[in-house]
Amino acid sequence: MSTASASSSDVTLSRATSSLHRSASLVRLKEWGIRSLLFLCAAVSILTTLGIVAVLFSNAIYDVSPRQVSPNGEVRTNEAFFQQVSLTEFVTETRWTPGYTEKHFGIMPLVCGTLMVSGIAALIGLPIGLCSAIYLSEYAARRTRSIFKPVLEILAGIPTVVYGYFALVFVTPYVLKPIFQDFLGFDVGVFNAASAGIVVGIMIIPMISSLSEDVLRSVPRSLREAAYALGSTRFDVSTRVVVPAALSGIIASFLLAISRAIGETMAVTIAAGQTAIVTSDPLNSVATMTSYIVNVSKGDAVIGSIEEKSIYAVGLTLFLMTLVMNIISQFVLRRFREVYH
Amino acid sequence: MSDQHIEYAALLKRRHRISTCFEWVCRIATGSALLFLAVLLAGVIWQAWGWLDIEFLTGFDSRRPGKAGLLAGLWGTSWLILFTAIFTVPMGVGAALYLEEYATDNRFTRLIKLNLSNLAGVPSIVYGMLGVTAFVRMFGMISAADGWTLAVSLGFGTLEIPLPLGRCLLAGSFTLSLLILPVVIIASQEALRAVPPSIRHASYALGATEWQTIRYQVLPAAIPGIATGVILALSRAMGETAPLIVVGAMSYVAFTPGNLDTPMQAVQDPQRVLDAPFDVFTSITIQITNWIEQPKEEFQNLAAAGSLVLLILLVVFNATAIVIRNRAQKKISW
Repeated sequence: MSTASASSSDVTLSRATSSLHRSASLVRLKEWGIRSLLFLCAAVSILTTLGIVAVLFSNAIYDVSPRQVSPNGEVRTNEAFFQQVSLTEFVTETRWTPGYTEKHFGIMPLVCGTLMVSGIAALIGLPIGLCSAIYLSEYAARRTRSIFKPVLEILAGIPTVVYGYFALVFVTPYVLKPIFQDFLGFDVGVFNAASAGIVVGIMIIPMISSLSEDVLRSVPRSLREAAYALGSTRFDVSTRVVVPAALSGIIASFLLAISRAIGETMAVTIAAGQTAIVTSDPLNSVATMTSYIVNVSKGDAVIGSIEEKSIYAVGLTLFLMTLVMNIISQFVLRRFREVYH
Repeated sequence: MSDQHIEYAALLKRRHRISTCFEWVCRIATGSALLFLAVLLAGVIWQAWGWLDIEFLTGFDSRRPGKAGLLAGLWGTSWLILFTAIFTVPMGVGAALYLEEYATDNRFTRLIKLNLSNLAGVPSIVYGMLGVTAFVRMFGMISAADGWTLAVSLGFGTLEIPLPLGRCLLAGSFTLSLLILPVVIIASQEALRAVPPSIRHASYALGATEWQTIRYQVLPAAIPGIATGVILALSRAMGETAPLIVVGAMSYVAFTPGNLDTPMQAVQDPQRVLDAPFDVFTSITIQITNWIEQPKEEFQNLAAAGSLVLLILLVVFNATAIVIRNRAQKKISW
């Protein structure tokens, strides 16, 4: 009797476990399926990077399978930019005229324009950003900070095309013209590097102040108290203790902000104009790498022509410049970070 | 008092004066940043005053400033953001779930994480170049001259997919999706990290599988954080101009994508909804850019009015994000 009941319960048990096994393997399959699906989602970001590199490489450096194109009856090979133009010319030539009949391909004017605009932006954005970070972290009361910080971040959320409009319609006629043209006697163009630089500078303020304020505030209180105990004023504490302790984070935020200024497009396209020349005059029109790409995209450059290919060479230069800045910034942050316990 | 003391007292006074000066420098810096914001907003509102009316919102672009409107841009931006959200949300949240819940700390995971932080720093115009090559021209695998159309018949209409995609709205959405994907992933990761491990352990202890734990415990707890990040990312996509220009948005269009002018038409004529993703498009930002470039003075006012509409939309988006965040903070207490 007892053996019979035991064996019958064994049977039901084994039936139960076997069904459990079957459903367990199904569950495992489903789990594996979901995991693979999520993995694919994560892999999209890698694919994006590969896509960017492939697009820039195949159009700028080397096209694996150039095709014959004949848009206007003339047959030519659709080769990559650097298969048609030498790297030496690209780097050393000082004229950039891919759209003209006499074509010159020297990146220098565009790089010069980009550096001038981001230089002016840095001149305005870095000190104001850092000072407001110090104010928010060292001086402002908690309530003031909780109001000012989100308000400052609105500046970062304003679309760049609005900044461009502001530069063209307000900064040039109401700030630059009265000061530099009417008062100092310089010639201020409708499109100029200065107005673009100023608004890009304003644009990067919240980026610097927000990132720098975070690192300033992560400096432990004990360091400040020690400095006060030695008789320091607030100025001494801020500039000799807190800022040096947070220097790696501040420099990283500077580099990120400058990299953003280099890649900034619409404000510069609208306000800085499109004259690709090597110049040191910020009051006249310059072309930057980004504005050149936009203007060619807007125009009617034939697909496959050297003018159309040239935007990929410019894009590659831009991509490499911002990538190097970002990598240096991450390196600075990791290598020189002061760790407090 | 000794000489030393007098000297120290004088020096101390000077040091305090420097300190006060420095405080004021910092105050002025912060104040000037806020002043910039105020002047910018005031300037845009001043220029837009009287131009932002109902005709502006319901009319198409025109060569005459008095008659020009933003309707094509409003619909274009709405469609763009809708499709961008449809692509980005599952992909971004999925990637974040993989990185936070499944991935072990191996070389590939580290590569993805490094890659994400670098992608977030790539200028938006470079994404535009990726978009025009990968989506609009599809790497030239099918030349535009002998391109063909893939027709899928659904019950209420036909989905006509041109190959290569061409300068259509969907190509723009794909581009914007890739652009904000790193932002969405990073924000979702942070939201997932904020869910305490004890919740997961409790779920596992009750016999739940990994996916059950995620689906019923982790995701619901993280959704407010994810939603905030997604909305902020979408508002960034809404303000983008450069990648859309490169992808080939039209600066002057006098019709909406799929000729769908009112939401009612979507019900009356579903075919228009199916046509919209493959139609040419413009956006609010593109229309603003176009108006800024017009020589006539009045177009500057239109540009300001368009900017104001864009800013109002952004404020609504951001306010929604803040409300979601605050409500979630009140509700959840671990």
